[in-house]
This record gives sequence, C-alpha cells and structure tokens, in this order.
Amino acid sequence: MSAVANLAADTWSSMLRVLLHYRRSPGLLAVSLAVPVLMVVVFGYVFGSAITVPGAETGAAGATGATGAPGASGAGSVDGYREFLMPGLFAMVAVNGIMPTMVGAARDVGRGVTDRLRSMAVSRTGLLLGQTLADLLVSVVVLALLAAVGLVVGWRIRGGAADAAGAFGLLLLFRFAMTWVGLLLGLAVGKEEAAGQLVVAVFPLAMVTNAFVPTGGMPGWLAAVAEWNPMSAVVQAGRDLFGNPSAPSAAWPMQHSVPAALLWCAVLLLVCGPFAVRKFASHGT
Amino acid sequence: MSDTAWTGIPKSSEAARNAAFAVEMSGVEKRFGATRALRGLDLAVPAGTVCGLLGPNGAGKTTAVRVLATLVAPDRGAARVAGHDVAREPDAVRRSIGLAGQHAAVDEGLTGRDNLHLLGRLHRLGGRGARDRAEELLDRFGLTGAADRLVRTYSGGMRRRLDLVASLVTAPPVLFLDEPTTGLDPRSRRQIWDAVQELAEAGTTVLLTTQYLEEADRLADTVVVIDHGAAIATGPPERLKESIGTRVSVTLADAGQLGRAAVVLSALAGNGDVAVDQDERTVEVVSRPGVKVLLPKLVRELDAVGVVAVDAAVRPPSLDDVFLALTGRVRGGGSEDSDAAATADASAERKVA
Repeated sequence: MSAVANLAADTWSSMLRVLLHYRRSPGLLAVSLAVPVLMVVVFGYVFGSAITVPGAETGAAGATGATGAPGASGAGSVDGYREFLMPGLFAMVAVNGIMPTMVGAARDVGRGVTDRLRSMAVSRTGLLLGQTLADLLVSVVVLALLAAVGLVVGWRIRGGAADAAGAFGLLLLFRFAMTWVGLLLGLAVGKEEAAGQLVVAVFPLAMVTNAFVPTGGMPGWLAAVAEWNPMSAVVQAGRDLFGNPSAPSAAWPMQHSVPAALLWCAVLLLVCGPFAVRKFASHGT
Repeated sequence: MSDTAWTGIPKSSEAARNAAFAVEMSGVEKRFGATRALRGLDLAVPAGTVCGLLGPNGAGKTTAVRVLATLVAPDRGAARVAGHDVAREPDAVRRSIGLAGQHAAVDEGLTGRDNLHLLGRLHRLGGRGARDRAEELLDRFGLTGAADRLVRTYSGGMRRRLDLVASLVTAPPVLFLDEPTTGLDPRSRRQIWDAVQELAEAGTTVLLTTQYLEEADRLADTVVVIDHGAAIATGPPERLKESIGTRVSVTLADAGQLGRAAVVLSALAGNGDVAVDQDERTVEVVSRPGVKVLLPKLVRELDAVGVVAVDAAVRPPSLDDVFLALTGRVRGGGSEDSDAAATADASAERKVA
C-alpha cells in the first residue's frame, strides 16, 4: 500500500473510533444536539427579551418581501435580536467543540491509549485527522439542527444561496480549526482533570465577542479584544453572508469579515495542526 | 556475488546475531530534566525467552520499556528490537512489538470487541480481518461473554486482560509488559500469568517489568535487577534467589527463650546475622547464600532445646531482601548521599544478638 492509501486507511479507522463512541453512547449525541437548542432558548428568549440591537431593524426591514416569514413581518427588536443572535450561536457551537476534543485527547494521554497508538506503525497525521474529521461530521448534524431551530424562532437566510453556502462552509472550517485547537490543548495538558479545569477558561473566550451583544456598548479595551477575537470575525462573516442584522463597528475584522475569518481559520489550522501532530508524535520525550 | 560486508563479517551472520537477541540495549542513557532515568542500561534478551526487569519504583523500568517501544528517544546508547534500531527504524520496530502498560490503555467508551476491532484496523488487517482477529482473541482469552459490554463496566482484572489482549492483535514476536499485574487481585494476577506463560511457550519474546520477585520467578527465564537506571544483577531467578538465602522468623511465647532461639536460627542459617525483637518476642534471620532452611527441621531443632514457638515461618526472599543483598541498602533509597544513611538505618534495625 502506498503512503497515501495508508494515511487514508488510518484516517478512516480513527474516524470510526469517534463515531463508534456516539453509537455506543446515544446519550452523548443527544447532549451534543440538545445543548445548541437550549442555547437558542436561553440566549434568544432570556437575553433577547431585554436586548435591542441597533441596526437589527434595518436588517429585518430589508427583507419584508420574504413571503410567509413570521419574524420578518413583525420586524420588532426581539425578533431582530434572534436574527442577530443565530450566526453567533453557530460560531459558539464551533467554539464549544474545543471542550470535548480537548478532554478526550487529555484522557487518551492520561490513560495510556495515546502511548499504545504511538507504539504502533500508524500514521500520526492520520490518527489526528480522523478524529477531527469525525468531529466535523458530527458538527454538520449539529449545525443543521441548529439552523432548523433558528428558522422556527424567526431566523432567516436573506442573502443569496451561494453566500449562505459560503457561510455554512466558513462555520465548518472554523469548527475544524477549533477541533485542532482542542487537540493541541488536550495533548499539551495530558490530564483529564486539568483539561476539565481548562474548560472554564474557554467559556469567556466565547463570551467576549460580538456574538450576543454589540461590541459598541463595551468598554473600549474590551471591545477591541472582542472585535479581534477570531470568533467575532466568523460571527460577523455569518451575519454578512446570511444577510442578518449586525451592529456597526469600524474595526478592520468587522469591516472585512469574510477575509478576516478565513485568515483566522488558516492561521489557527497552520499553527495548531502541525504542533498537535508534533506533540502527539513526541509525547513524553 | 559476495554477501560479505567490507569488515569481512558476512551479512547473513550479522542478521543471525541480531535475530538471536530479540531485545538489545547497550549503554542507554535517558535524562528527564534533572532526573537521570537511565544511566547506561545494558540488556540482551534472547529470542523466544522471557526477561523480567525487576526493580523498585523509579528504578527506570518504565523508561527502559518506553525507549524500546519507540515512545521516548534515548539520549545516548543504542537499542534494537527484533533486529531493528529504535531510533533509525521506528516503524519496523513498531511492527514487531506489542505493548501493555501500567494503565489499562483501552477505550472505556467502547465495547471490548470495538477496541480490538479498531486496533486490528489500525494494524491494517482490513475490516473483515480485524473482525475475525478480534473474535479469535476474545474467544481465546475468555472475554467473549463481556465482548459487547462497554469497557467502562469491566472489573480491573478484566480491563487489564483486555489490555493484554489488545497488545496481541498482530501476534507480535516481541511483547513488552510494563507491570502487568500491579494492583490486581490474586485471581486476576494468575490469569495474566497463565496468558503470558502461554504466549512464551508459543515462542513470543517477552520483556516484563515487575516489582514482585515472585512474578519474575514464576515467568522469567532471566531476571535483570535494575536500580538507579542501570542493571546491577542478571541471571536465572533460581540463581538470584540462591544468592540471597531464605528469610526465617519465629515468634516465641516466652521472651526468656529468645537467646536460645537465636543460637538455633543462626546455626541453621549458616551463621547468619540474627535480629531479635524483645517487644514482639521474635527472632529473624536471612540464611547465607546457598543455605536452604526447611520448616520441619526448624521446628524440630527448636523443640530439641525446649523453645516453644507460637509462630514459625520460612519465606522465600522478597524484593527487599534482594535489594538489601545486592546493594547493601534498603530499596527505595534516594540519591547516593542518602544511601549511606539508609544502610546505617537498616543495620540499626537489626539488633544483632
């Protein structure tokens, strides 16, 4: 077998391992699917009841032509908030993907599973690639469900089909990059408990963004952090491509959301991918 | 056409020499920060034999296995497995070995069958080949009944057995077992021992690390005692035990008879040093190397001088005895500086009668 065929075979075997976990523990998939739905309720209706987004009304008003869209006809600020929110939640789901990947990788290291795999003549790249591709496959399902729930609560795709496809593609690319971030962190930490504690640190990373509230109201320094947060670029790109409302911001990543988001994904992948493979291949030395 | 290298050594004989030793280490050094885990370890395990790497915690046993399993690179020295250099041909080494570590390195979120099936795939047996091999191994090691349960629900012994089986998916010619029975109950330990013996009989070269002399004694053809990252003794387990002697202890009903008992024990042990504990009313001695002490004889001789023993025991030497005999200090001692103190403590404990 050629090197490429070996890489493909090992990648596939590694994917199977992740997918089998979901098959053996149906509860795992249920949780993966339930959390995003819960987020729509919590953020969309709890936060949404009190937040008005500047610019949301214009966004919704521009789409009054959409037939039979219950949210659009109202164009009130609450429905507007949920339109504003959904691209944020799409990106949030991608960032949350760091956590299970990180904890799983740390668990494998701690329990010696990583050592067993490393003592085998298996492609290191294939093992990690399989894991991240399987995560990506699961997140396609999660993203589809979240989009469906979004449509139910009044979110609409107001741009063209190509732009929408581009937005979903970008979200998946971001999710893929986040998996590699999680892998690298998990391999570096190497202990399940320590990885569990790191989860607490990931949360503010997702909150200090433009996903839930406009950055305009934040203190200047925090707004700058939020605007240059990779997740914010992805959220903004989602809003721009889906044609959803967004709050104005002069920051470069917000003005050039799609190139900024692509750039962030490329940087994260190019840094975390090789480092994760290197960390995996040389663990303990 | 010549099959001869320029040194004049025929290649074929070089290959034969490599094949004769399935595992070789020469002068291997490994340092982790300030810790010198291996300080010039030499090892040569003939193909088809079982080698027991015996030593206390922190002696370097696990590091030695990790170097051989291509998990850590040695700083200095060379290591070969199945004729392949671990640094230059890691993949060739990996194809020749199985590794079962101190943890049960199996995926808890999957069933036993899933674990073996996935490893088979990663070993490139193909989907069907991997399934068949998993079935065969489950059957052979009595795990078929639990094959479809999540490993999370397995007992500790079952997990370790599955871990051992997981290292056998490719039927590797060389097997590394790092403390395979540490923390297991006696029954599970026996099951692992039986499996290892079966593999050895089938011709697998096994390198196992252990803290138990009994385990090395039971399984190994050759025992290598390792301390502070280097081998300090090598030989068949019988010879190792003979070089140490037996530990004999008696507990008396009457403390006034301790002196007489000490004389008897010392004579039986070939003039061994006797330790007397007045408070516990015990006398203890380790016999001179080569001197065997039998329990019936001990009881008869004590009886002959009118000493009443409420308890008498003749035990094979423990790892602690081996260590004391080989290094002159109690095992688990830290740096060289504290060794002298440890030795002093050890001799202070033995109040010579």
